[in-house]
Amino acid sequence: MKVLVAVKRVIDYNVKVRVKPDNTGVDLANVKMAMNPFCEIAVEEAVRLKEKGIASEIVVVSIGPKASQEQIRTALALGADRGIHVETDEEVQSLEAAKLLKGVVEKEEPKMVIMGKQSIDTDNNQTGQMLAALMGWGQGTFASEVAVDGEKVNVTREVDGGLMTVGLKLPAVVTTDLRLNEPRYASLPNIMKAKKKPLESVAPADLGVEVAPRLSTLKVEAPKQREAGVKVEDVAELVDKLKNEAKVI
Amino acid sequence: MSILVIAEHDNSSLDQATLNVVAAAKAAGSDIDVLVAGENCGAVGEEAAKIDGVNKVLVADNAAYGHFLAENVSALVAEVGKDYGHIFASAGTNGKDTMPRVAALLDVAQVSDIIRVESEDTFVRPIYAGNAIATVKSADSTKVITVRTTSFDPVAAEGGSASVENIDSAHDAGVSEFVSEDKAESDRPDLGSADIVISGGRGMQNGENFKILEQVADLLGAAVGASRAAVDAGFVPNDMQVGQTGKIVAPQLYIAVGISGAIQHLAGMGDSKVIVAINKDEEAPIFQVADYGLVADLFEAVPELESKLKEVV
Ligand SMILES: Cc1cc2nc3c(=O)[nH]c(=O)nc-3n(C[C@H](O)[C@H](O)[C@H](O)COP(=O)(O)OP(=O)(O)OC[C@H]3O[C@@H](n4cnc5c(N)ncnc54)[C@H](O)[C@@H]3O)c2cc1C
Ligand SMILES: Nc1ncnc2c1ncn2[C@@H]1O[C@H](COP(=O)(O)O)[C@@H](O)[C@H]1O
Repeated sequence: MKVLVAVKRVIDYNVKVRVKPDNTGVDLANVKMAMNPFCEIAVEEAVRLKEKGIASEIVVVSIGPKASQEQIRTALALGADRGIHVETDEEVQSLEAAKLLKGVVEKEEPKMVIMGKQSIDTDNNQTGQMLAALMGWGQGTFASEVAVDGEKVNVTREVDGGLMTVGLKLPAVVTTDLRLNEPRYASLPNIMKAKKKPLESVAPADLGVEVAPRLSTLKVEAPKQREAGVKVEDVAELVDKLKNEAKVI
Repeated sequence: MSILVIAEHDNSSLDQATLNVVAAAKAAGSDIDVLVAGENCGAVGEEAAKIDGVNKVLVADNAAYGHFLAENVSALVAEVGKDYGHIFASAGTNGKDTMPRVAALLDVAQVSDIIRVESEDTFVRPIYAGNAIATVKSADSTKVITVRTTSFDPVAAEGGSASVENIDSAHDAGVSEFVSEDKAESDRPDLGSADIVISGGRGMQNGENFKILEQVADLLGAAVGASRAAVDAGFVPNDMQVGQTGKIVAPQLYIAVGISGAIQHLAGMGDSKVIVAINKDEEAPIFQVADYGLVADLFEAVPELESKLKEVV
């Protein structure tokens, strides 16, 4: 079966984020960018499905500026077969991303779409569920295990209180949680080979979608900084402070 | 326009998170209805009717909603909610699963995980793991919102006398089914709402060692949490993870044991009133946010903490 994976270009998770002095957003100039960590897990899962002989082809999609092609190339180096870049310099919010992905899905007709559960920049946790709704498909969100069985997939989900397994008819959307797998690194020869894999570029208009944000960001501020407190000498002092100073026990 | 709040529950009783969500809804408007979707969930409807400030409770009792499958519940919420000005739900895993589908069905945006309501259409939410706080304005006719419950004080569970209406609308999308669940039963308070939380990280070394944290937790009536590293290593189950992509907690007292203090962890506990860190590395970043830091080997400090606490609590 064909598997589609959606990957997003975001700020690298190790970067210390700084809010711009004019409060219009965060400073992304000269900041290291990378594939969203949950999308790396999505790519890895697709590659494992291919290695098991379940997936026949992996198509990777990214929506964003020209530079998003770097993340598509990374996915190709990790084992995806083909890339589709939906190119736009506009801000793409989750609903628009889902509509653009729907356009790609209708063209490619994959049996499964694997996505991250959450982008670490917007922390939205929306796009996969929205795509599934737009397609009328089932969804296995926050997946820690994916077991394909013919025309069905069982997805074990990380939920409040523990784990829950749902059975979905294919095609379906799966969104990844941290425990689904541990992504591999791309080897140098594979990075070289990835440069020759096909990468097609399309515009949002080609997919019949107008990118029109519904939410406007009025301002972005730095959070209140917590002051470091004191170091205590020993456990006795700690207990004394908690009881008599902070009064929390 | 009125507001629809989606009740969080387990078919037999109302989850307290609903009270925090109603509080957030009250900040956006006054005419509040609550939707209880589930199976054999009549008792939850009764309970919801007592919530302070609720106008009407709608109960959709159907096998299709028994396990809260997003495909089915979202179709119901979109149908019931389309004429409301706002639909509010908790940003727990049910809300995160279902509400984006509702938004997509209504062709509107969703505002995730809000921590403040500025006005009827303007909301405040953390982005970049809480390293930035965004104020966003929605232009949609129905605003679909999930709420970070720790940021809103709950309304009273009693005092209201809402009317209860049954709605017999059954949406079974037929694309998903419940297979099984594995939920940890615990006598300790719920992580998300406990007054005291004690969490362990990679420094705990294994799951067995979490016992020393549990003993302290039992003395203090605390919940036990963990860092991602401790969950990934299999020391404890996934639902104990505190952080950007785990649970958000804001207790009166948070005790971090053998946790370094990565930003993704801080994102989940940085709003705690008092933070204690026990770590053998005095350079650990957790000390930059801790009110009280103890540089010590946890295997000595935690048992000693237990015995000292026995003297005072
Ligand atoms: C996309 C993404 C999402 C993430 N989401 C989360 C999340 O939600 N929650 C989360 O917690 N993390 C999350 N992380 C992971 C995060 O970046 C850190 O890797 C993680 O929090 C580290 O856990 P830790 O502090 O237990 O481990 P470490 O960083 O390894 O720290 C262990 C600490 O224990 C101390 N220690 C060791 N032995 C002892 C001893 N005997 N006595 C006292 N101290 C001792 C050490 O000095 C050290 O400071 C996420 C990462 C990514 C990329
Ligand atoms: N611009 C984008 N391009 C490709 N995939 C995206 C984009 N935005 C979101 N996604 C996918 O949706 C997931 C969840 O994102 P979000 O809903 O923004 O938190 C991500 O992990 C990606 O798999």
